[in-house]
Order: sequence, then C-alpha cells, then structure tokens
Amino acid sequence: MANTQSVCTSFLAEVMQGYHQFGQPSLTSRTSLTSPTNDTFKLALFFSSATLNASTTAYSSTNEVTNTSGSGYTAGGYTLTNANTPASTNTSTTAGTGYWTPSASASWTSLTVGTAFNCALMYNSTQGNRAVAVYTFADQTITAGTFTLTMPTNAAATALLRLATT
Amino acid sequence: MLVNTTYGEMDENLLEKKEGGFEDDNEKTTWVEYWLDNELVHRSAHVTLKAPLEAVGEIQEF
Repeated sequence: MANTQSVCTSFLAEVMQGYHQFGQPSLTSRTSLTSPTNDTFKLALFFSSATLNASTTAYSSTNEVTNTSGSGYTAGGYTLTNANTPASTNTSTTAGTGYWTPSASASWTSLTVGTAFNCALMYNSTQGNRAVAVYTFADQTITAGTFTLTMPTNAAATALLRLATT
Repeated sequence: MLVNTTYGEMDENLLEKKEGGFEDDNEKTTWVEYWLDNELVHRSAHVTLKAPLEAVGEIQEF
C-alpha cells in the first residue's frame, strides 16, 4: 500500500479527447461555441495508506484526508487557481515541452490531521473529477496548524505538469 | 506573537518551539512545532514540490 507519484495514464488520452481546459480559455470549444469557460482543478490530500498511482482515473473520497478535529479540511480538497495559460517551448527541432502550473499555492489553515498523509491528487472537478496527476511527499501530520503546498516555478523545466517530446 | 494551538491562541513565549525540515530531489519541506509541557499543541508544514511530473509524447514513423 503506497501512493506513487505519476501523471495519470487516463489523463493522456483525455488530453487528446479535449477533456481538460487549463488556464483561461483562448479558443471556443466543447459545450459552448461562443462562451468557453475554463475548468476547475482541485488538489485533494490522501492518507499514506492510500494507493493512488498512474492507474488512478478519477477522484474518490476513499482514503482521503479527514479532520482529526475541527474543519480545516473539506472533502474534495482545495480549488486551485487556474489563471496561468499553458505554455510551450522548443528545446530542439524535434523536441519541446508544454507545461502548466496553478497560479497560486494550495493551503489549508486551522487544520488538524493526526494520521499521516503523503499524497495530493490533482483532478478536474468540472469534467467528472477526472484525475490528472498524483504528487507525493514525505509523511506529514498537522496539529492546529497550516499545511501549504507551494507550486514550483511555471517554466518548461520546473512546471507542475509537463508534456514533452524528446 | 500568538500561536494557534489545540488550546486556542497562546503566546509564543509560553511554548517550546521546534523547527526542522529536509530537502531531496522531490521536495523541500519545512515544519514548525510548538510544545506545551511535552504536549504537541501546534504543527504546521510547508512543502514545495521540486520534481515536476512529465508525460512524454512520442510519434511512430509511417
């Protein structure tokens, strides 16, 4: 039983199907040809006993973090700020990287979680809670405190989510 | 400074403060704890993910 950091495999097909709208919409697509909207992406925390990995296809509350006391964590997780438009850059004539990072960090305040957690699932709550990626970190517990996940720099080599050709 | 604890807000001067952290290829993490008479009354953590996930695209030649 362990969580494993990975891009979710189902996400790869869903990108080609056009399920996920990261960033501010710049083209007409999907449900409306005149007023496109961007999707809502969330980050949910999971106990270390969960088994999220590349085969995770959608958010589920199974083994999701729950409050030991108080109400610092809400089921479903933190709504990420989806203001950054995905970008891309070429690294050669045959390779390049497309990338995206949420435009703000995720933070839970007044949180008490006494059971160890070590995983965050990013998923698209607008599109059937489809999974995007699983991120892992060292076991944490929080007592009447704040848990913050700071996003990396939104650049080709460091962005939170990258699609690359080599 | 007031610290949010399991007993409500308390003056930092009444508490024992412990700080720590670690860094590897995947993350940089810092944490702070406040203890009152050997009881943990506050713990916060700050995780910065360092290793971005990458999905590699490939094409097949005709």
